[in-house]
Amino acid sequence: MKKIQPVIGLEVHVQLNTRSKMFCSCSRDYFNSEPNTKVCPVCLGMPGVLPVINKKAVNLTILTGLAFDCSISPISSFARKNYPYPDLVKGYQISQFEEPLCIGGKISFMLNNEISEVSLERIHLEEDTARLIHNNSTVQDSSLMDINRSGVPLMEVVSDPDMHSADQAIGYLKKLRQTLRYIDVSDADMEKGSFRCDANISVRYEGDKTLGNKVEVKNMNSFRSIHRAIETEIERQSKMLNAGEEIVQETRGFVDAKGITVSQRSKEQAHDYRYFPEPDLPPLFNSDLTISNLKTSLKELPNIKSKRFEKQYGLLSEESELLASTKQTADNFEESVKEYQKLLKNNTEIELAKTVANWYMGDIAKQLNQISPDAELQDTQVSPRHISELLQLIHKKQITVSSAKVVLEKMFNNEGTPSNIVDQEGLGQLNNTDAIIEIILNVIKNNEKAIRDYNSGKTSALGYLVGQVMKETRGRIDANEASQLLIKKISEKK
Amino acid sequence: MMDTNIDLTLSALKHIHNMTESVYTSKQLIDKTIKNLHLQDSKLNAYITILDEYAFERSIAMDEKINRGEELPLAGVPIAVKDMLAFKGYPTTAGSRTLENFIPTFNSTVVEKLINAGAVIIGKTSCDEFAMGSSNEHAFTGPVHNPWNLDCVPGGSSGGSAATVAARGVPLSVGTDTGGSIRQPASFNGIYGLKPTYGRVSRYGVVAFASSLEQVGPMAYNIHDLALLLSVIAGHDPKDSTTLNEVVPDYHTSLDQGIKGMKIAVPDNIYDGANKIMQSKINAALEIFKNNGAEITEGISIPSWESALPAYYLIAPSEASANLSRYDGFRYGQSSVEYSDLWQRLENTRGLGFGKEVKRRILLGTYALSAGYYDQYYKKALKLRTMIKNDFKKIFNDYDFIMTPTTPAPAFKIGERITNPLEMYMSDYYTLPINIAGNPAISIPCGFIDDLPVGLQIIGKDLEEQKLLQCAAVYEKETTWNQEIPSF
Repeated sequence: MKKIQPVIGLEVHVQLNTRSKMFCSCSRDYFNSEPNTKVCPVCLGMPGVLPVINKKAVNLTILTGLAFDCSISPISSFARKNYPYPDLVKGYQISQFEEPLCIGGKISFMLNNEISEVSLERIHLEEDTARLIHNNSTVQDSSLMDINRSGVPLMEVVSDPDMHSADQAIGYLKKLRQTLRYIDVSDADMEKGSFRCDANISVRYEGDKTLGNKVEVKNMNSFRSIHRAIETEIERQSKMLNAGEEIVQETRGFVDAKGITVSQRSKEQAHDYRYFPEPDLPPLFNSDLTISNLKTSLKELPNIKSKRFEKQYGLLSEESELLASTKQTADNFEESVKEYQKLLKNNTEIELAKTVANWYMGDIAKQLNQISPDAELQDTQVSPRHISELLQLIHKKQITVSSAKVVLEKMFNNEGTPSNIVDQEGLGQLNNTDAIIEIILNVIKNNEKAIRDYNSGKTSALGYLVGQVMKETRGRIDANEASQLLIKKISEKK
Repeated sequence: MMDTNIDLTLSALKHIHNMTESVYTSKQLIDKTIKNLHLQDSKLNAYITILDEYAFERSIAMDEKINRGEELPLAGVPIAVKDMLAFKGYPTTAGSRTLENFIPTFNSTVVEKLINAGAVIIGKTSCDEFAMGSSNEHAFTGPVHNPWNLDCVPGGSSGGSAATVAARGVPLSVGTDTGGSIRQPASFNGIYGLKPTYGRVSRYGVVAFASSLEQVGPMAYNIHDLALLLSVIAGHDPKDSTTLNEVVPDYHTSLDQGIKGMKIAVPDNIYDGANKIMQSKINAALEIFKNNGAEITEGISIPSWESALPAYYLIAPSEASANLSRYDGFRYGQSSVEYSDLWQRLENTRGLGFGKEVKRRILLGTYALSAGYYDQYYKKALKLRTMIKNDFKKIFNDYDFIMTPTTPAPAFKIGERITNPLEMYMSDYYTLPINIAGNPAISIPCGFIDDLPVGLQIIGKDLEEQKLLQCAAVYEKETTWNQEIPSF
């Protein structure tokens, strides 16, 4: 049997981080707002109102285009996309058609240890629709309308049909989301609806030149459901192709609970959007100056930052990637290094960065994970400077590493700054040799069996004994030092 | 003093002068105006809403301002506004049953400017439904009658605004002009009407019909009043991205500069299909301009003129088909109560709310924009539009004005053309191309045919409204057509 090749193109709608809406001055931030409180005559679609372009939204779209090597149109225009539905207050959506802001470009990411490059068709700007709430318990047999979302700036990133697996699609989406967050274009949060994806899927036999009939799959609200929906749809179409059945061009919805796609709209029922140039808005002229200014403001992108981390801090590439995975983590890490360097002027940046990196990838990541998978230091009371303070205490032997882990946990529980916690909890490192030796001698006295084992060559017994010392001191002694002192005292006793 | 002594046929400027000199108050003027309007309107049907209470209160407030010596350009003067412009807190129907109960929560920019200028908005005038029409027969409140002959139409779509000014109900009114909707009724009623350069006046809050063609403009029976009103309403508006960011001259204070040495082009095709007497009326007018030092060149060819009508009837309905889709009855306006599902509710709502002419144009526009027809119709219309613009540009390289009749003939009888849309559309033959090109144009009263007024259209260069008004002022000095008052 001939091998089947799935072909996938993605359309991603992204709400932009502007202060106001796309065409009016209403607040764009409607999340957690009472329904229909962030509205005005313009976004309500009242008779006679006119749109005014939000320049920030235009700039964010161009910025995104620059991040993905798109060419920015010197002249771009808006168009009306006509279709009747109650969530579309004007009966048309102001979108872009013939002259989008960004054309072409590509998104590159790692897939199975290889670079995968997906080409983009275009990135354009439009407005979001109102929200319809169906099956609400308060009103039966009708739907509720919340117009707060109407007119929120929406950027659509359209890929070419250039992907061939669900994994690749997810890799693409993750890179897109990461970049959008990096350059502060959007919070790109699927749960909040600020990052929404539709997939165009078709199948063909490998080697075929023409594309099969495409099916647009909608209603996916997490990366997991996108992955499942794509796989399910590929499987459905592959079976049909092998059985010689015709795959009809249509729109299908993914039913998460059942893990299947169901037909929503056939090609015949597809809208004729009757696009035409928006007469209420003059064309946008994107000058070379505007574009080059935006280019300079383009923040360091993840892969470039990761390369810099490798070089500047002498980290491994996996370490750098992990630390550069979100802009906040990267910024926090760098600030901690900087602060740590201020405290310890005699050490090199590379030495210090290594320690900071280990803590960020280890215990700090663990603490943050307990809050949520996406949590950052900013979601807690702990600051990057607190982290460097903690590390300095270790460095100066004022606390042991194991005490530091306890302190860190308490920092995340809002119990104070590192030194406060050390003071309050009496976690200062025991550097008074007399006191330590007394504890060591006690441990030797109370663990005769272990001492015998040790003396008879069972080196593992030493670990047990160190553990006992640590227990007695509540971890306030350096484990290495404890071990050395134990060895010394045991041999003196022999 | 007794308010009965107030002469309602005076110009707005004269009223302003008299109120400033305390000859009478705004309250007295408004009081008399409203009483008169109610009487007149039983015959004209020019208003959809007369704002008695609002106007009374407003006039008292304006009297206070006048007494305090505040200088507002239109303080205390009654003005009528076409019901296409949103007026906060008062019905704004666009002449359509669809918006019969619609009360906007915001002002159109022009209304805002009128209020800031101290004007007293006395009523909302009738118009063809959504400004689609040339006879004012297509309003849900019934036809408006021409004060010169009550059996005739006042023209449209700004028929109410024209009829009430001609009848001396108010000295000033505001209309909108998408294909001639200010100039054609101005001509039919023997008054002045000016369509400004596209982008000169804000469209914010004006119920949209064909966005790329329409402009709000002034109507009056005195050229200085017309100029004053234009000064008040013109200007850049941050809420309308299509407005031009150009300084607005004080039009009414510099009208006496004459037209010496100015060049007038008269197109070769202008009497095709026109009433035979029209030519003599226009020639008489041209003679006056010539005597005042203008140079007249006849037989100028504007080849694209003929394309304007087909281009207009593709562009305007296409834009209208989108502009009117918002009337779904879900958020405001009329809504059908009988339906079995969403789509039927939409169909019933729109089916009941819209009149025949509106439906005709929505269908036409929807068709022209449909997949497979877009390139053939809408795109071609845009190409024609470019041709027309270029033709006008070329002529204005050499001339200051183009002059034509405003309409092929005077007002026709009510009901005469309502069943023949093509004939109706032809009454805009002279005015449509100007909206396509975007230039400013004015209609000035230039005589009578069969006891009905007719107008001369003067078209100017972009943003040269000032010259148009100067030219009209020269004519007003030498004629008395604008002083003729209908009795009905």
